[in-house]
Amino acid sequence: MSLLDFLRPRPKNTANIARERLRIIVAQERATRGGPDYLPLLRNELLEVIRKYVHVGADAVQINVERSNEGEVLELSVALPEVPGASGTG
Amino acid sequence: MSETLVITSGKGGVGKTTTSASLASGLAQRGHKTAVIDFDVGLRNLDLIMGCERRVVYDFVNVIQNEATLKQALIRDKRHDNLSVLAASQTRDKDALTQEGVGRVLDELKQDGFDYIVCDSPAGIEKGAHLAMYFSDRAVVVVNPEVSSVRDSDRILGLLSSKTRRAEQGEGPGPQHLLLTRYNPARVEAGEMMSVGDVEEILGIPVLGVIPESEQVLAASNSGVPVIHDAGSIAGQAYGDAVARLVGEDVPMRFLEAPKKGFFKRMFGT
Ligand SMILES: Nc1ncnc2c1ncn2[C@@H]1O[C@H](COP(=O)(O)OP(=O)(O)OP(=O)(O)O)[C@@H](O)[C@H]1O
Ligand SMILES: [Mg+2]
Repeated sequence: MSLLDFLRPRPKNTANIARERLRIIVAQERATRGGPDYLPLLRNELLEVIRKYVHVGADAVQINVERSNEGEVLELSVALPEVPGASGTG
Repeated sequence: MSETLVITSGKGGVGKTTTSASLASGLAQRGHKTAVIDFDVGLRNLDLIMGCERRVVYDFVNVIQNEATLKQALIRDKRHDNLSVLAASQTRDKDALTQEGVGRVLDELKQDGFDYIVCDSPAGIEKGAHLAMYFSDRAVVVVNPEVSSVRDSDRILGLLSSKTRRAEQGEGPGPQHLLLTRYNPARVEAGEMMSVGDVEEILGIPVLGVIPESEQVLAASNSGVPVIHDAGSIAGQAYGDAVARLVGEDVPMRFLEAPKKGFFKRMFGT
């Protein structure tokens, strides 16, 4: 690091931001890949509905299509935010 | 044994043609009889990078449409006589390539004893890209450490696992490799660019090689000599390493760290 760098404001570590964004989007796209085309839209609409009631992040709704002998099962999981005080560590 | 490799990426301009030219040249240099095919119908470019543009008479589509024989269309490389180039057609008819026709040409190359057939895919996920990957035994996914390129690579990995002949016949996808290009270690160290490890972890397939961003790549394409022949350039050496790994040698990764700056630059440099 050069002397001049200390005088400049430090830029954000954008590589980390890129990595986290990609982790989420790649996981989402893999989960709906090969499934019906409406899955991403369905996921987004579900997210909208859930957000009317609880404050959750953009990646809170995970959707997955599982194939089995009995047919296809749509798996849905919603990660709720931690309730303050509910867990020991707070 | 003959092996068909596809060099693909989804996103455009990431270095597929540069990579196809260097990998094919490197394989030939090692004594393997190699053909490299440009699948970018309408946007022929591999011939320029290989330096054989003035010798193109017949192209891939001419062979598919039986207007020329494969022998007439294959262009022998100036540097290695076991390396042949098959140019893309400049036709605007995107349907000129057919699955049956591509399959026929690849079969004929195999019968002619080619050890490696390197397919330079066009960008996108349309017909040309589909046909370039359809018959492949192995895939090299070229990726830049940048969000849109990584995401597109993942799309391509999905297609490789479902839309190739191997996948359709239930054999499962063949080996898949990542090739990172335009890698800038100084920017990685500054937190401005994702690292090899980041990209490998996100995409979950092994890295065949890392090609640093290098001015020598432009110099090589300017002169029509694949950069792997520039033994003094780090990009050329990195491609050489990638070829070694492709044929199964265990070679350590190089050029992942920024060259150390001198005292003056450290104090006052940018
Ligand atoms: N390691 C590198 N360092 C510097 N420049 C590079 C490097 N690799 C590729 N380039 C440059 O990037 C540009 C695009 O490369 P190339 O044509 O190989 O990409 P491509 O993926 O085949 O593009 P397309 O999708 O249009 O077929 C070229 O100008 C090339 O010189
Ligand atoms: Mg290209």
